[in-house]
Amino acid sequence: MIRKLVTAGALALLSTQGAHAEDIRIATEGAYPPFNLVDESGQIKGFDVDIANALCAEMKADCTIVAQAWDGIIPGLKAGKYDAIIASMSITPERLQAVDFTAPYYIAGAALVAPAASDISFTPSGLDGKTIGVQRATTYATLLKEEFPGAIVKTYDTVENQNLDLTAGRLDGVVAQQVVMYEWLKTDGDSAFAFKGEPIVDPKYIGDGAGIAVNKGNTKLLGELNAALAAIKANGTYAEINASYFPFSIAPK
Amino acid sequence: MFNLDGFGPLLLQGTLVTLQLSLASLAIGLVLGLLGATMKLSRFRLLRALAGTYTAVIRGVPELIVILFIYYGGVILLNNLAHGLGYKGYIDVSGFSAGVIALSLTFGAYATEIFRGGIAAVPGNQIEAARAIGMAQTTIFRRILLPQVWRFALPGLGNVFLVIIKETALVSVIGLDELMRKTDIAVGYTKKPFTFYLFAACIYMVITAITMQMQRQLERRANRGVAGRAGA
Amino acid sequence: MNISVMLAALPDLLRAVPLTMELVALALLVGLLIALPTALARLSNVAPLRWGATAYVFFFRGTPLLVQIFLIYYGLSQFAAVRSSIAWVILKEPFWCALIALSLNTGAYTAEVFRGGILSVPHNQIEAARAIGMSPVAAFRRVIWPQAIRQALPAYGNEMILMVKASSLASTVTLMEITGVARTLASDTYMPIEIFTTAALIYLCLTYAMAQAIHLVERRLDVTRTRA
Repeated sequence: MIRKLVTAGALALLSTQGAHAEDIRIATEGAYPPFNLVDESGQIKGFDVDIANALCAEMKADCTIVAQAWDGIIPGLKAGKYDAIIASMSITPERLQAVDFTAPYYIAGAALVAPAASDISFTPSGLDGKTIGVQRATTYATLLKEEFPGAIVKTYDTVENQNLDLTAGRLDGVVAQQVVMYEWLKTDGDSAFAFKGEPIVDPKYIGDGAGIAVNKGNTKLLGELNAALAAIKANGTYAEINASYFPFSIAPK
Repeated sequence: MFNLDGFGPLLLQGTLVTLQLSLASLAIGLVLGLLGATMKLSRFRLLRALAGTYTAVIRGVPELIVILFIYYGGVILLNNLAHGLGYKGYIDVSGFSAGVIALSLTFGAYATEIFRGGIAAVPGNQIEAARAIGMAQTTIFRRILLPQVWRFALPGLGNVFLVIIKETALVSVIGLDELMRKTDIAVGYTKKPFTFYLFAACIYMVITAITMQMQRQLERRANRGVAGRAGA
Repeated sequence: MNISVMLAALPDLLRAVPLTMELVALALLVGLLIALPTALARLSNVAPLRWGATAYVFFFRGTPLLVQIFLIYYGLSQFAAVRSSIAWVILKEPFWCALIALSLNTGAYTAEVFRGGILSVPHNQIEAARAIGMSPVAAFRRVIWPQAIRQALPAYGNEMILMVKASSLASTVTLMEITGVARTLASDTYMPIEIFTTAALIYLCLTYAMAQAIHLVERRLDVTRTRA
């Protein structure tokens, strides 16, 4: 038993991967419901995963989807751990310096969620002195830093932990992606929490929507992904996936 | 006692990965420790300095930083090196490998000190005597040094291994699906942090208890035939 | 390696040093306060005391610190009763949660270090102390403790250094100590090698300074050395 475990471990340690043209490794986070999450059977699923599978089917590619901690997801791509990121990543100028993006595959604003009874408002003065939760290394963290300097920001590894702390009452509010919070309010937030103010949709702050990231210079994969994305939008697959999650369209205009 | 909401099998899988991670780190760490101790006792100053730097760095830097460094940085360094040597493919440092490398480096650093102490505790005249009756260097190491060093080092090594088992939890931070990460997943899904973290704590305690029991038996075995210690 | 990235990160990382040190110093202090009674309870003749202390030590030495921190920070907040209790004033703050976890953790390890130290004092000394009419308290204070602490100091010094390293886990519950800042910087700059190396160097300086301080105290307490 022990010998077997050790051997298995040693083999896993030594495995190297050559690059195969038709094999695409895709990373997602796995802690961002309903876009990507891991269920009780250990399966990665969600909107991002369905889109990834639809794209792979369209491209006739053999895809492996791996879960990867968010704050290391771009370093992992740059290091070559996988070929693409489909993880609800907003296209921003900062990230464009590090990676290339496809056209956006969905768009959602930045929203403030707070206890329903709170009179907090989504304005610089409204968040002044308030403790606001946000996920590390997101556009929302940048937004808070730049536009709401008066807010006391607490940084979390995952949105799930951030929302646990909102429920626990450690936070006056959280700033996160609108649709994610919509889903959370529907399933876990019951009536105790609510959206406050209007979501921010200005591309200056939230980027141009969520895109698929590939390494700079990987124009072949980028082109294939863009073509596949256009195809699944045209043939109705995209609308079908969208409708299975949300009663409204999140497709970019 | 625990309602696991169907996450039991997932947590069991995680426990197996935790065990694999611990045992692989133990195996590689033991080799690193012997190597480190030999280097520290070497006649060459360069080897001594290398081993000294290795143990000082590992003992002075948080394991979390070591893990993050190897996972995010190690893969860049490794591929730069490989490409420099003309290798065309891509070498991946998976979460598992990064964990094993970081934890075996940790185990190795502490084991270096323990082995060094163990080697120093073997009376020098035994080695002289062995050499006098014509034993080869490797035979001396295998038949005289190793059995005794093993006996002296066993309690210390056992303690470091217990530390390593617990440090496997840190590898969850880089997303490896061991027990702690599976627990995080269950918490994210069920919103029951207390239940699941307490359950994880219980599994770690069971692993610790079993390991301690095995350590006791190994020590008893290693001490057999030693006056005043046998079967204590 | 990009030195300018490392230099640019240095001020941010150094600003986080006081928080790390504060956590470590307070945890060690509270840990000491927990450790001595626990060590005595572990050696006590009163069975319930012994069992309680043994269970505490086994739990905190037998489980990962990360689990302990999450259990206190995220776990306790699962219960509405905890959230509405007076204890919430403290448990609400990540700093206090991290401090409680670190203190309980080091308290358990230090208790074992002390227990070892106390057991190392030859029993006939205690008998002799009692024979000349010392009270148990006086015997402990004047005979056992001074020897036990000297015996325990090297192991306790190790524990102090381990605490500096352990404090890095506070980053997992939103505290921006050295590791927390390093992780944010690494994900902002995409330069993990440079950032984590700089953080590692800062930790090395901290642990080295601590080791030197411990060494100094050890030498002062070492009565077998002849003093000029």
